[in-house]
Formats: sequence, structure tokens, C-alpha cells
Amino acid sequence: MSDVILEMRNITKTFPGVKALNNVSFSVTKGEIHALVGENGAGKSTLMKVLSGIYPYGTYEGEIYFQGQECRFRDITESEKVGLVIIHQELALIPFLSVAENLFLGNERAKNGVIDWNESISKTAEYLERVGLHESPNTLITNMGVGKQQLVEIAKALAKEVKLLILDEPTASLNETDSEKLLELLLQFKEHGISSILISHKLSEVNKVADSITILRDGATIETLDCRKDKITEDRIIRGMVGRDITHRFPPRDSKIGEIIFEVRDWNVYHPIHEDRKVSTNVNVTVRKGEVVGLSGLMGAGRTELAMSIFGQAYGKRITGTAYRHGKEIDISTIDKAITNGIAYATEDRKAYGLVLIQEVKNNITLANLEEISKRQVINEPQEMRVTSEYRDKLNIKCSSIKQLALNLSGGNQQKVVLSKWLFASPEILILDEPTRGIDVGAKYEIYTIINRLASEGKGIILISSELPEILGICDRIYVMRDGKVVGEMPASEASQEKVMKYIMTQQEVTQ
Amino acid sequence: MKIPTTFNEAASGTAFRKTLGDLFRNNVREYGMLIALIAVMVFFQFQTNGVLMKPVNITNLVLQNSYVIVMAMGMLLIIITGGIDLSVGSVVAVIGALAGVLIVRYDFNWVLVVGICLLLGALIGAFHGYFVAYQKIPAFIVTLAGMLIFRGLTIALLRGESVGPFPRGFQNISSGFIPDFFHYEGLHITTILIGVLLSILIVWLDVRARRNQRKYGFEVVPFFFFVAKNIGIIAVVMGFSYLMASYKGLPNVLVLLFALISFFSFITSSSVIGRRIYAMGGNEKAARLSGVNTPRLLFYTFINMGVLASTAGLIVAARLNSATPNAGDGMELDVIAACFIGGASPMGGVGKVIGALVGAFLIGVLNNGMSILGVGIDWQKVVKGIVLLLAVLFDVYNKNKSA
Repeated sequence: MSDVILEMRNITKTFPGVKALNNVSFSVTKGEIHALVGENGAGKSTLMKVLSGIYPYGTYEGEIYFQGQECRFRDITESEKVGLVIIHQELALIPFLSVAENLFLGNERAKNGVIDWNESISKTAEYLERVGLHESPNTLITNMGVGKQQLVEIAKALAKEVKLLILDEPTASLNETDSEKLLELLLQFKEHGISSILISHKLSEVNKVADSITILRDGATIETLDCRKDKITEDRIIRGMVGRDITHRFPPRDSKIGEIIFEVRDWNVYHPIHEDRKVSTNVNVTVRKGEVVGLSGLMGAGRTELAMSIFGQAYGKRITGTAYRHGKEIDISTIDKAITNGIAYATEDRKAYGLVLIQEVKNNITLANLEEISKRQVINEPQEMRVTSEYRDKLNIKCSSIKQLALNLSGGNQQKVVLSKWLFASPEILILDEPTRGIDVGAKYEIYTIINRLASEGKGIILISSELPEILGICDRIYVMRDGKVVGEMPASEASQEKVMKYIMTQQEVTQ
Repeated sequence: MKIPTTFNEAASGTAFRKTLGDLFRNNVREYGMLIALIAVMVFFQFQTNGVLMKPVNITNLVLQNSYVIVMAMGMLLIIITGGIDLSVGSVVAVIGALAGVLIVRYDFNWVLVVGICLLLGALIGAFHGYFVAYQKIPAFIVTLAGMLIFRGLTIALLRGESVGPFPRGFQNISSGFIPDFFHYEGLHITTILIGVLLSILIVWLDVRARRNQRKYGFEVVPFFFFVAKNIGIIAVVMGFSYLMASYKGLPNVLVLLFALISFFSFITSSSVIGRRIYAMGGNEKAARLSGVNTPRLLFYTFINMGVLASTAGLIVAARLNSATPNAGDGMELDVIAACFIGGASPMGGVGKVIGALVGAFLIGVLNNGMSILGVGIDWQKVVKGIVLLLAVLFDVYNKNKSA
């Protein structure tokens, strides 16, 4: 195996309480495109962070060999020095600098600290030619589309004399033609002996360009498939990705589903900055009394965008469509009106959007419904303390006092505070966006129990989750979203991980 | 049933100790600044051979700092939202100039002019607030522009010269005293009576709050501490009334200050709007997603600031008995410093009225004490700068220790 360029042996990486990678081995041969697939949270990004030195040597167990040499990277510059370049999903370009300036950022063509602009610009033109981008080196990044920016990132990697290129979801934000172009480029690089690791959720792309596919699941390597010998079907890959038993991770519940209480029709939303980009297209969603409706899909499928646009247009521009509550059209054009109309949205990012961290638990719980505890604009503090204590007991929030700062609670307890806030606003339709992200198994179970209780009280719940087992475990009905569209709907009784995954992954709409 | 009882007893025992400890730990900032203020006062009291605490000087001190305190109430709210207002010094000047021109040059009735000025203050605040809240331009830039604009307008209005003097009634806004209904040689009885009434009111409110907390079954401060605190408060209030009464009684300005301080303490601690301002400063996005109309709230805080700045402008004009082109110059810095010394955070979300008040008094006592001692304006600035830095350093130190 002399043509192995990269070998990772028995990599184990632990975060407090979680084993993110468990004894993973992974190798790439020279001049191949190696795809890395797996569900969200399977450990793909963690593995690449170990490889590129973002998690430095010593914070993980195992060995990395690159071109036969053992590597102990302390940071990302060391891994780049040997020719290992990672391009992240979120582009790392500086918007108000030119292409040439970005290309050599941290790698400036300079003598004694003085930049040689002539060399920089002529070299930039050369690299741009190689990636097939016809732009002036002086163009500012902010004036280019995402597709072109992606190409600049790759040119930047070339400038670092890349030998192994790692692309994390490179086509997630690209349209068809740009994606096509990018994949062509990878094939070209292969000809020149540059290997690539491609992390992608789009299995059609993977099938198109990959020479081999490694599947990760729950932080372990499941298998490596060789695509050169025989054709691998998408179904085969999906089976490898989800083949896991669902144990008793969810509390049992019996659903009593009533009439439709909430509905949105023909919902269209545009991106707030790139105003010609549509983030929701003709979405129709209904919620019944006592029902838990799942919104499944990959990150970036437009679920959060949809939810926030429904919640008083908290996201997006040029929003069109109608919303109905109990069959009557309602005005949800501001957050205040949405709350008044019985809608609540518990955010996926509790620290940035959900909590005022520097304030007390008590203040956070009552923030969305101060009217309830005040009379003529004056807050009745003892009453506030009583109701918040009730929520603390009901949701089992572990805090030294309701006057403890939200900052000092654990993730699960912070999530319960966010939930309490919205329960106190007594909504009829509760949108929960990734309510169990980043919290431990025990707390997850408690959150599921709360969801069940709310449903049994007759509320309608929309649950956004990237974890398929969770969606399957607690929802009554499931919508699948991709690219801002609802591409599938099914009752949970008919759903399986394979079936949902198929809707998520397949580029064509499945009709059924 | 035996085990739970013992548990409860143990719990209440720790609760008691925790409450006292918490009380100090949670209020290190306020107590720290209060102790600093008292220390500075004691220092100057000795250095000036007792001049500092003389009734006439105390009256002066209050009058000299009244406008800083008035504006600190508004500035505090803006700082809590995470903003700043640099224009207040210029607004003080332009309001004074308008009052001067209308009253002295055009012979308007001064009461009418006060109304016009307050209205104009609100408009100026709305002007700043519009750009900050709805056009999303940083408050620093908007109010820097306002600082230049209103200083320029002041000079234009006054044509570069001072305008005065004002009629007696207008001057009384800042140099008058409340009338005495009893005539007793050497002591202003009305003032003493007000002090007594105020003490009773404070104690009554505190007793009621304590009873209310008990009713809902919450921890209260230990009884001993409760009594000690109230005796302390009464002593301070009565001592102060006596000091005032032995000169000319309560200055009108002081009555206004009491009203404003009580009002804003109430707004920040107990009102819905106050709670929302803190939430907005602590995390604007979370507040907005909780249904708080954050732009409108921000707009209101600037209108409030405008009204308070124009109130200060009237006080300054009345006190100087003339409108001058450079009135209020640099005043914004004293006001902002008072808020930060008082524990407000430049990041927003943190700050208390009582803190800003202590901060304003600390600056006032430093100004006054050093002036009595004959320290030049040069060194006064140096000392004030160092005090500001030390106060914020103290904050940072506390925060790191608790984290």
C-alpha cells in the first residue's frame, strides 16, 4: 500500500460526557476522491478537525500518518504546511478584501514584511485560471456569488500547495450548475494527483465522483465501500448510515389527535440579505390539536427559516402566504401578534436567541408574558416568584434559586428555562427548534416527557430536529424538507429512518 | 415524617446564613461604591476642616450636581440598552439658549418657555432615537453628530454672546427653596416635617414588601439586619433634613431630584418597561424573539433622555442666570462617568439608578472637595479620570472572581 497518502489509525476523541469518535480508522490513497458520509452528529466534522489540527495533538488518541510520516499537528498552520487544507462549510473569506488579498491571507507574498503586489496579483490570476474562475484578482469578495467564493477558497488551497483537499459540504449552498462545476474541478485535480476528502449529504454527488466511500455512524467507522469495482446504490449507502436500533429512549405516549388548529398555506420566504434567494417555497403545513408534527431535513434545508418566518416574520423578507388558526385567518406579521395569536417559537440557539444570560432565571421565564404578572405596567414581584417557582418544580429545573443567573445553568436546564418561558406565554401552537441539541440523554428524556404532556393538554407542537430517531420516536406525523420545500409527508406509523432519509437525500421528488 | 422535618430545619438554617452572605456578595458593587463615597467624604471633611459637610456647602453640592444627576437617570437607561448619548452637553446649551432668547429677547412668559423647552427636548431625543432605533446607526455616531449640531445651533441662536438675566421666577427653578409654613428662628420646620414623612414612608414600604415576601413564602433578610437597615436609613434621611433645615430649607431642585430618582428607581426595578429595557440590553435578539418591540423601546429611551437633558438645560440656565454659548460643555462626560462609576456596563443590560446616583455624588464630592482645597481644574480632571478607571477595574476584578 505504498500509494496511501493519509492514514488515520484508531482515533478516539472524547468530549465531556460524550465519545465523539470511537476507534476510527480511515485512509485515503493518492489521487482519489474519498467521500465521508454519515448522519448529523456521526462524527465526520470531528474527524476532520482532528485531522487538520483544529483539535491539536494530545486532545485525542490515535495516530495520523501523512505521506508515511507520523503527524502531530498543534494547529491548523502546521497541517497546511504539509499540504493538508480544509475548506469549511461556512466560507472563511474576508468580504471587504480583494480576491488576491484573500488568496494569500496568512501566506502573503512578501519580502521583509512588504507585500509584493505584482507577484501576488499575477499568481492570483494563475490560480484563478486553474480553478476556471474568470474574475479580476482585485474584485472584492463581497461582490461575488457564493459559487465563485467557493472557487476562491479552492484557489486559496492551491496557493498553499495542497496535496489533500478536505471539503466539508462544499455544495450545500450552491445551485446545480455551480455544484456541477465544483465536482468537475475535483475530478481535474484527481488527474493532477491531488486527493480529496468530500463530506456530503448529497448522495447523488457522492456516487458521481467518489472512488471510495467511508460511512461513519455514532462516532465509529461502519464500512468503506469501493466504488471503482462495482456501482454502489444510494439505498446501500443509506442502509449503512442509519442501521441502528432504536431502544427505549422515548417515553411512551398515546396520542389523542383532534381537529386542525393551525395551518399555513402557500408560504414563501426570501433571504433577508440575498433578496433573490428563496428560502421557503410554497410551503403548506397543518397542525392538529394534540399532535406532535416533526419537521425533518438536513441543516440548511430551511426548517428554522420557515419556523422563524411564521413566528411574526422574525426571519426573512417578502414573506407571502396565509396562516389560519381554527380555520380563521390570523395576522402574524409581528412577533407580538404571533404570540397574541397563540404561537410560540423556542429557538435552536438558546444562548444567542433564547435567553438573556446575564439575568435571573425568573426574569427569563416571565419575559414573553410580563402582562400576566403585572398590573398597570407594575410588576408584582412576589407573584412573579411564585409562578416561576411553579415552573421550576414542574419542569424540574435544577438551579440553586430562581434568582440564579441563566448563565450558570447547564445546557439542559437552560433549555428548560426557554421552554418555561414559552409555556408561561400559554401558546396553543408551540414550535420547538432542536429542543434537545447539546443536552445529555437524561435531560432529553425529560424534554420528551414535557412535549408529551403538552400534546395531551391539547396543544399543537411542531418539532424541528436533525436527529431522525428523535423525530420517529415522538412525532405523530412527519414533514420532510429540502431546499426550502416540503418534499414529503407521512404519518409516523408509516415512517422509517430509511424512508425519511430517502426523501432527504434524493434529488428528485418522490411521489407517493 | 421525621426525616423531612429535620431536612427542613437544616435547610432553613443554611437559608438564613445564605441570605446574609448573598446580600453582601450580590451587592458588593453597590456597597463598595457607597463605602468609597463615604471614605471620600470623610477624607474631605477632615482636609477641609469641616467645610464640606456645612449646610451651605451641602446645598451648594446638591445644586452644582443636580443637572448631572438629572441626566444620569436618562443616560443610565440608554447605557442599559447598550447605547450612549454624547449630545447631552450640547442639548443643555441649546435649550438654555432657546430659553434665553425667548424670555430675554422676545419677552415670553417663562412658564410657557419651560413647556416649549421640554417639548423641544423630547423632539431632540426623538431625532436621535429615530436614527439609532429605526435606521440602525450606532448611537455613538448619531449623538456625536447631535453634539456638533446642537452646539452649532446654540452659538447661532445666541449670536456668540451670553444672554441674560432671567426673571426671578425662572431663576428660582434652581436657586429657590421650598416655602416654610412655620416660622421658627434658625430651623426650616417644613423641611424637618418632610424628612419625618419621608422616613415613615420608606419604612412603611419596606415593611409592606417584607410582609408580601413572607406571604408568598420567600426568603427575607434577617430581622436584625432589617431593623438595622431601617434605622440607618432614618438616620441618614433625618440627618440630611436637619442639615438642610438649618440653612434655608429644601432647595426646589432637590425636590425635583427626589421625584426623579424615586420615579426612575421604580421604573427600573418594578415596571414592565424597565424589565424590557434590561432584557433588551442583555440580549437584544432574545428580547425581540420574546415579543419585545426593541426599536420602539430604544426610541423611547432617547426621548426620555432628551426631556431630561432639556430639564438639566433649564436648571443650568437658571443657575447661571444667563444663557452662554459654552454652557454644558463636557457635561456629557461627567454624566457618562457617573453611570459607569455606578456599575453600569458598557455592554448593556447592567446598571442601577442607585449606582448612578452614588457615582454622580462621588464625582460631585471630588469636584467640590478639591475646589475647596484649591486644587486646580487640571489635577481635578486627572483625579476624576483615575477614579473612573479604578471603579471599572473594581468591576472587572469582581466579575473575574465570581466567574
